[in-house]
Amino acid sequence: MHEILYQQDNPYMPERARIVRKYDLTRDVRFFQVRLCNPDKVFPVTSTYSPGQFMMISLPYVGEAPFSITSTPSRPGLFEFCIRKVGRLTSRLFELEENDFIWLRGPFGNGFPVESMIGKDLLFVAGGLGAAPLRSLLLYALDNRDLFGKLFYLHGARTPADMLFREEFFQLKQRKDFQCYLTVDQDPEGNWPFDKGVVTSLFKYVKVNPKNTAAVVCGPPVMYKYVVQEFIKLGIPDANIYMTLERKMKCGMGKCGQCVVGHKYVCVDGPVFTLWDVKNIKGLI
Amino acid sequence: MRLFKIKKSNLFPFLRGLEGFGELWGPVRKGEKVVYARAKPEEFDLKALRTMIPAKKFLLPPKFTSLKFRESRWEDDYRPKRKVVFGLHPCGIHALNIYHRFYTRLYSDPYYERAKEATLIVGLSCVPDEYCFCYATGTSTVNEGFDLFLTDLGDRLLVWVGSPKGEESLKLVGKYLEDVEQKDISDYVAWRKRRDAAFKLKVDLDGMPEIVSFSYDSPVWEKMGKACLSCGTCTMVCPTCTCFDLEDEYDLKRDEMHRQRFWYSCVFREYSMVAGGHNFREARSERLKLWYTHKLVGFMSEYGAPACVGCSRCVVSCPVGINVVSVVRALRNERTAALWTKMEVSDA
Repeated sequence: MHEILYQQDNPYMPERARIVRKYDLTRDVRFFQVRLCNPDKVFPVTSTYSPGQFMMISLPYVGEAPFSITSTPSRPGLFEFCIRKVGRLTSRLFELEENDFIWLRGPFGNGFPVESMIGKDLLFVAGGLGAAPLRSLLLYALDNRDLFGKLFYLHGARTPADMLFREEFFQLKQRKDFQCYLTVDQDPEGNWPFDKGVVTSLFKYVKVNPKNTAAVVCGPPVMYKYVVQEFIKLGIPDANIYMTLERKMKCGMGKCGQCVVGHKYVCVDGPVFTLWDVKNIKGLI
Repeated sequence: MRLFKIKKSNLFPFLRGLEGFGELWGPVRKGEKVVYARAKPEEFDLKALRTMIPAKKFLLPPKFTSLKFRESRWEDDYRPKRKVVFGLHPCGIHALNIYHRFYTRLYSDPYYERAKEATLIVGLSCVPDEYCFCYATGTSTVNEGFDLFLTDLGDRLLVWVGSPKGEESLKLVGKYLEDVEQKDISDYVAWRKRRDAAFKLKVDLDGMPEIVSFSYDSPVWEKMGKACLSCGTCTMVCPTCTCFDLEDEYDLKRDEMHRQRFWYSCVFREYSMVAGGHNFREARSERLKLWYTHKLVGFMSEYGAPACVGCSRCVVSCPVGINVVSVVRALRNERTAALWTKMEVSDA
């Protein structure tokens, strides 16, 4: 009896999952669809998380690291991740084939405050790999389109080949109820049909009611400062500007301490913070 | 309130009786240091104040196997041994209370819970030396967090029962217990007065949360960072430091993988480094600032008290004198004799 409880109650115990599909999004970023092996857990776990939460992916002999969930709870059944090959664990993940096993813990983190975004205009700004966590909230908003006001999505990448979910966004651009603008810094092949320049150049298209807008940004650290300036120029209040941050994490539960900033644990108090938090807690960005 | 007394001459038999609960551990002198070790009661140093490593090692050992992976399955067979830990002082018990609140909030840590269940905490009163400053952190007395607490009144000891587990353990040593009389209480009051007058180190933590917060850009951190060796001693000896790391180790002999959990330190360079090499806290001064913010600001806002219990382990351990006392004094613009404040360190 005790033995069984120990196995089940341990939040450090990884849960086995199967890679059902994988394909490359760019040169070094791969998309993974995984399904928990325990059929009793699939629906309860994949339908109840919040966009913006993350999971710990575990590979025995290699270790464990946090990854944003890029799928949405409004489409349960699978977890989707968008992973850049950058370290030891991710290199090993890239060697795995479809049908291979990985292990998961979570979901962890606060996620986006979706409830408080209902009825507001949403303005997304993604740069590079920042599209991964934002796609979760974006798909959630598109699946529940009636709950939100205007939807603006601005996405910047270095080159067309570096743009994550390129085909998906080309299709979404066709939707009449959704404003999607894509830009690239450089276009070496010269066949990019949309805007060129940094992501902030897309703000000229944005027409939202600033007092009733939730703005969300995720991207490389250098991007935040410039994007936030644009949000402020629009007149969006600090408390409605959200950003999702990255840190080293080993537990995901506010214990190991490695993601700590000041007195906040990014894994439980974040990874989603408001601009006010960033101003108030030194060292977040 | 459950209060008894035992004769001083019965202390050793009393402790031997408690061994019925589990292995007996207590403070034992080793050279210049005192350590918690498994020993006979006669070997315990009853006057010892601070052990080198605090009692947190009983609740989460410096290194242990948290999970095993064998034959494609994860297993959790961590079963801590039952132990009686004797000789914790009020500061140490306060530290365990902080530990408890920290490890059981939000997601309760199962490894901590199991060890807690398997550990009987037997506290012991103390008289401060020139380094103790628990009066300043409000941790010089305890009301909870121990199973038994012994107060040494010379020829006898008061036995205060602090938990159902403590009450249960008294069945093992019932024959030594005697009822307390009014005289014992008045002797205790007199002892308290003597003890409270014995503190020598003056340090004022009042106002620390906001002073540390306001001093974010103070040159003090830079100066400290230049002296710091990043050795991690402060975090290992601090009874309220909780950080750990997980690493997978392959056991060739048994063909299985062990996910090792071990104490980790925020002053290490790799602590905030993410894949790809970006380090959120590259400078030593940044990492020290994190430690002091966490101790003196963070817990204040979460639990209403600093995460310093005044044990002075950092004071006696840091090779360059970076410790709560010298940092608090420096932030208060007070003079301090700490080595780091006098060091002229080149940038090289």
